[in-house]
Amino acid sequence: MGQIELKGVAKRFGDAEVIPPLDLKIEDGEFVVFVGPSGCGKSTLLRLIAGLEDVSGGKIEIDGRDATAERPAQRGLAMVFQSYALYPHMSVRKNIAFPLKMAKVPQAEIDAKVNNAAEILNLASYIDRRPGQLSGGQRQRVAIGRAIVRNPQAFLFDEPLSNLDAALRVNMRLEITELHNTLKTTMIYVTHDQVEAMTMADKIVVLQAGKIEQVGSPLDLYNHPKNRFVAGFIGSPKMNFMTGAEAAKHDAHEIGFRPEHIAVGETGDWKGKVTVSEHLGSDTFLHVDTEFGIINVRANGNVDVHHGDTIWMTPDRSKVHRFDAAGNTL
Amino acid sequence: MATQASRAAGRLMISPAVILLLMWMIVPLGMTIYFSFLRYNLLIPGENPFVGLENYSYFFTDPNFWPSLVNTLFLVGGVLLITTVGGVLLALLLDQPMWGQGIVRILVIAPFFVMPTVSALVWKNMFMNPVNGVFAWIANVFGLPAFDFLAHAPLLSIILIVSWQWLPFATLILLTALQSLDSEQLEASEMDGAGPLARFFYIMVPHLSRAATVVILIQTIFLLSVFAEILVTTNGGPGNASTNLTYLVYSQSLLQYDVGLGSAGGIVAVILANIVAIFLMRMIGKNLET
Repeated sequence: MGQIELKGVAKRFGDAEVIPPLDLKIEDGEFVVFVGPSGCGKSTLLRLIAGLEDVSGGKIEIDGRDATAERPAQRGLAMVFQSYALYPHMSVRKNIAFPLKMAKVPQAEIDAKVNNAAEILNLASYIDRRPGQLSGGQRQRVAIGRAIVRNPQAFLFDEPLSNLDAALRVNMRLEITELHNTLKTTMIYVTHDQVEAMTMADKIVVLQAGKIEQVGSPLDLYNHPKNRFVAGFIGSPKMNFMTGAEAAKHDAHEIGFRPEHIAVGETGDWKGKVTVSEHLGSDTFLHVDTEFGIINVRANGNVDVHHGDTIWMTPDRSKVHRFDAAGNTL
Repeated sequence: MATQASRAAGRLMISPAVILLLMWMIVPLGMTIYFSFLRYNLLIPGENPFVGLENYSYFFTDPNFWPSLVNTLFLVGGVLLITTVGGVLLALLLDQPMWGQGIVRILVIAPFFVMPTVSALVWKNMFMNPVNGVFAWIANVFGLPAFDFLAHAPLLSIILIVSWQWLPFATLILLTALQSLDSEQLEASEMDGAGPLARFFYIMVPHLSRAATVVILIQTIFLLSVFAEILVTTNGGPGNASTNLTYLVYSQSLLQYDVGLGSAGGIVAVILANIVAIFLMRMIGKNLET
């Protein structure tokens, strides 16, 4: 079980309201990702759920039981920190066994659980080393191992991949997703990287300035963003926004087209000069200087366009996103 | 410092300093060793014949030798115990967020700036004095007889005085170490179900072990040669109750004018210091490795 419900949870540091009262329900077994720009309060929200910070108002319920006043250890949650927070003077085995030791679990059971976790995470080969002798990915695994042995109601991840290099990050991303499929435990994952959010989540919570902008599945957010912020935040390269006459054509204050919904050709609606073209092989990302400003276009891999070329673009007008003056989707 | 020429130039340039330091150390040490083999008493003018190990045998058979050796070890051990344990506790206290933290920290460090003779005199006359001291006054308030610390517990009194001087040093080093502890580690242990005591013993103490090692090693060097505090308070007495090796060497070479015997004592003290150092490094030196 691992159903978590926030009811009017708020957080103030002195006079600064970091998180205005918000409600959120996380179902058992869900993989929920909190995503948002730096300083949007996503880590604070996670720490509130973990119990590392006191709430300034509202209630946190775990499996229907009021956990607002409970100490972190009582909540039955396990957390993986950004810096991994391994205990440097203990071996990997002792690190993983630490929460069990604190819970006064018999030694035989500790050994069994540690070995089991080591097997799941494939870290048996370095179980007697110290964290200082491990690579970033291995430390990450140990941190997850320390979380697994407690058999928690939910896992909390606080930007766990941000200290890893790009290749390893993709790998660990897959492993965490697989782990979720195996354990089927609720996971809450905080990241500022929308690619991580899109690839891993069952449900994404987009936050800005402590407020929940939208909650939904990755594709839901991608196809039906509730407002301009979500539309601009989700998707890479970013959505192109236009105001003025072009927007008036669609009866809106502002419109947006995703880069993949703009076709490049010899003729078209808009003319522009290519400033940068990024050839990735599978795709080509074009940055085109037009009368509306820079427009990102995602063309296919073998488009032969280079810096300085003048091209014509045509948007797929059936895929337009329309916003009113307040930035809400029409 | 990559090329042959730059390395040679580097050696040439540091050589004056190295040679000066070497002379500074070697000459007095060499002369002490030389004097320790002579019969050399300032009260008996004339020849200073070579007598081999005679001075050493006198020094070792001196009835004050063993008591002073024991006193030295008690003094070092006692002060180390009080300063490291007390230093950890004070550091924990000072690490708490509180109003006026900066000023409190400076105040705590203040005793370290008081020179040993002065602080010993302050303790002797203002705290431990059986007539005018604060402790005597406190005892008086409760209707108890005043306790004459320096007469009845001389070694303990000196341990207290020296601990008071060194506690700030230990606190300062340990506080810095404590502040370098990653707060995520503490939070992780909190999530793992460790209570305040478990957090202290499993997370903080291991983290502080390296700083504590530095504190112990540095203090040992200075504590083996405590002298001023003994000279101005008890003069090594009553009897030999607060005589340590340094003070014994002083009393033999300067009070008895026996340069040869004093030198032999000095060499014995150097050897003892090295034995203690080796012993310490064996015991806690591994904490300094990564």
